Amino acid sequence: MTTATTSTTQPGRRSGREPLLAVEDLRVTFGSRTSRTVTAVDGVSFDVAPGETVGLVGESGCGKSVTSLAVMGLLPARGAQVAGSVRFDGEELLTLSPQRMAEKRGAEMAMIFQDPLSSLNPVVPIGVQVTEVLERHRGMKGGAARKRATYLLERVGIPDPTRRLSDYAHQLSGGMRQRALIAMALACEPRLLIADEPTTALDVTIQAQILALLNELVSESGTALVMITHDLGVVAGLCSTVNVLYAGRVVERADRHPLFATPRHPYTGGLLASIPRLDEERGRRLVPVPGSVADNIPWEEGCAFAPRCPNAGDRCEAETPALVPDRGVRDPRLLRCHYPLAGDRTEEDA
Amino acid sequence: MLRFIVRRMLQMLLALFALSVLLFAWLRSLPGGAVSALLGERGSPEAAAELRAQLGLDQPLPVQYWSFLERAAQGDFGISNGVYIGQPAMDVFLSRLPATVELSFFAIVIALTVAIPLGYIAARRRGSLLDTSSVISSLIGVAVPIFFLAYVLKYLFAVRWGILPPSGRQTAGIDATHITNFYVLDGILTREWDAAWDAFQHLILPAFALASIPFAVIFRITRASVLEVLEEDYVRTAAAKGLRAHTIRWRHVMRNALIPVVTMIGLQIGALLAGAVLTEKVFAFQGIGQALAIGFERRDYPVLQVLIMMAALIYIVVNLLVDIAYAIIDPRVRTR
Ligand SMILES: Nc1ncnc2c1ncn2[C@@H]1O[C@H](COP(=O)(O)OP(=O)(O)OP(=O)(O)O)[C@@H](O)[C@H]1O
Ligand SMILES: [Mg+2]
Repeated sequence: MTTATTSTTQPGRRSGREPLLAVEDLRVTFGSRTSRTVTAVDGVSFDVAPGETVGLVGESGCGKSVTSLAVMGLLPARGAQVAGSVRFDGEELLTLSPQRMAEKRGAEMAMIFQDPLSSLNPVVPIGVQVTEVLERHRGMKGGAARKRATYLLERVGIPDPTRRLSDYAHQLSGGMRQRALIAMALACEPRLLIADEPTTALDVTIQAQILALLNELVSESGTALVMITHDLGVVAGLCSTVNVLYAGRVVERADRHPLFATPRHPYTGGLLASIPRLDEERGRRLVPVPGSVADNIPWEEGCAFAPRCPNAGDRCEAETPALVPDRGVRDPRLLRCHYPLAGDRTEEDA
Repeated sequence: MLRFIVRRMLQMLLALFALSVLLFAWLRSLPGGAVSALLGERGSPEAAAELRAQLGLDQPLPVQYWSFLERAAQGDFGISNGVYIGQPAMDVFLSRLPATVELSFFAIVIALTVAIPLGYIAARRRGSLLDTSSVISSLIGVAVPIFFLAYVLKYLFAVRWGILPPSGRQTAGIDATHITNFYVLDGILTREWDAAWDAFQHLILPAFALASIPFAVIFRITRASVLEVLEEDYVRTAAAKGLRAHTIRWRHVMRNALIPVVTMIGLQIGALLAGAVLTEKVFAFQGIGQALAIGFERRDYPVLQVLIMMAALIYIVVNLLVDIAYAIIDPRVRTR
């Protein structure tokens, strides 16, 4: 760590590791002159280093998918305006030509999606959907491509991979489909993998298997992983750094352990309280964060979360909180809150 | 797959049988009849009675139907008494078939080669000038009666500008050998290039007129289908893999988008046969449609029966083929 600022603005950064992906002040708005514009992502910054797993967490509609699609260059050219900066290995992606971007996608950066069934082409055999990536980026053809596809399917834990090559999506189970999609994403050994809620469509046992698989693949190959989820439970087992998003902005960022031990933003606290825990008596109803995004106030007029916030005070609807280093905890952390939850550092510490 | 085909064939037979009953009843309930059509208003009652007996029209209807069915099963639909008097009705159908098949084939080829690419491009450029104008022209294509379009085309290109022949399948007096009765094909097979070119020119106007309806329908369904597929997650997956534009377009978009289009093509065969009646009449094109029109005027029951039954058979067979094609392109149907 070189300066005090780096250590506080970049929690989770191991010294000496340069980020592979650096997202800075990313802003995505939808709409045109005719319709009202919607700001889906509002100045989000985060980085990911090789071998690191960073979580983007938040409830539905907070802008997780839009962030990942913007990084991958997959937002519709018409209708979505993207501003800010996305640097991959030092190279700015937002100004890259569509052709150059397509060369990177699938080769250096890959993505897996939420719903494995709808993410697979129903009329093209699984094998072709794997080999087409190899053909495109590695120039592999015929037998060589099929051989590597078989190996890839085997590596992600699909039994009898040779036979599965000629199967169609509807012939596979849900977990198998997600494994096949992971195989496609990893086909060219990308340096960055973005997983957008890869387990939400799966049942619990399969969820755990898929997460374990991702964890194993990432730690074996040193891939940088961005894990997108609305479920802090998923984050708990996987991520080193966690970004909590609310209404298109990061509201808290910390390393995983301190975040779970002492959440500072009341929204993070609410998310943590809603994780089912093994030591809890069964049948207790989970308490999700009360209210809904419909209650939000615009960020320009204060804290968007204020109307739902148990801690809200006078300043919340008067003054927009900034994302600043949090002095109330011992770990390096960023926080966007006027009245945070109790920290682990006393006044004397400071 | 085999069970599927057998089941469909049985359904086909049942449908044909039902159609034959309806057809028989309907034709005989039409005002006028073969006898007055043949003899005119002034035929004597005796002559009329004799003719009725000769044609078997004096028998009770169920008896007439049964003998019709018995003979029809053997391909004998009786003797034409209006279109080609004295010839077997089946021969009328067979001699007329190539003309209509040739015309419909050109029409569907025109419709498909324009409608599918245009539908794709319109969907990709949704809201553009090209999209809007094609949607409007397809609406016009559906709304304008086909005979009206046929007359307009004939008036402009044949009568007014004289660049294309106004009627028939071939210029009178041209020296042409006919092997298959598909005139363009005949010209090619016999290397009579003039005859082939002449037959082709005769096809252009009726084929364009006839193509207007399948064109409009196929364009609209292609456009709608592509729009839907473009929103699918698997297209986004394909883009996330960095695939080339043409791989995404053909393997991921078109292969899925064409599934409903194929079904629609099958259904359009019916519209095509119906349109052929009107088109052939306007262009005096000697096909099934024209024979059907004449058959109606002259109450030629044998010819009407054979033409309508055969048209229904063609329609059903084409749709069976379409279903098979559907199963081939959609593995979800095949492996179920
Ligand atoms: N194509 C689009 N046009 C207009 N608005 C959009 C578009 N895509 C997303 N949005 C809006 O952007 C916001 C963020 O959406 P996003 O899909 O990123 O949410 P998310 O955090 O991924 O939620 P979920 O957990 O439901 O996947 C939402 O309010 C959504 O309505
Ligand atoms: Mg999402």
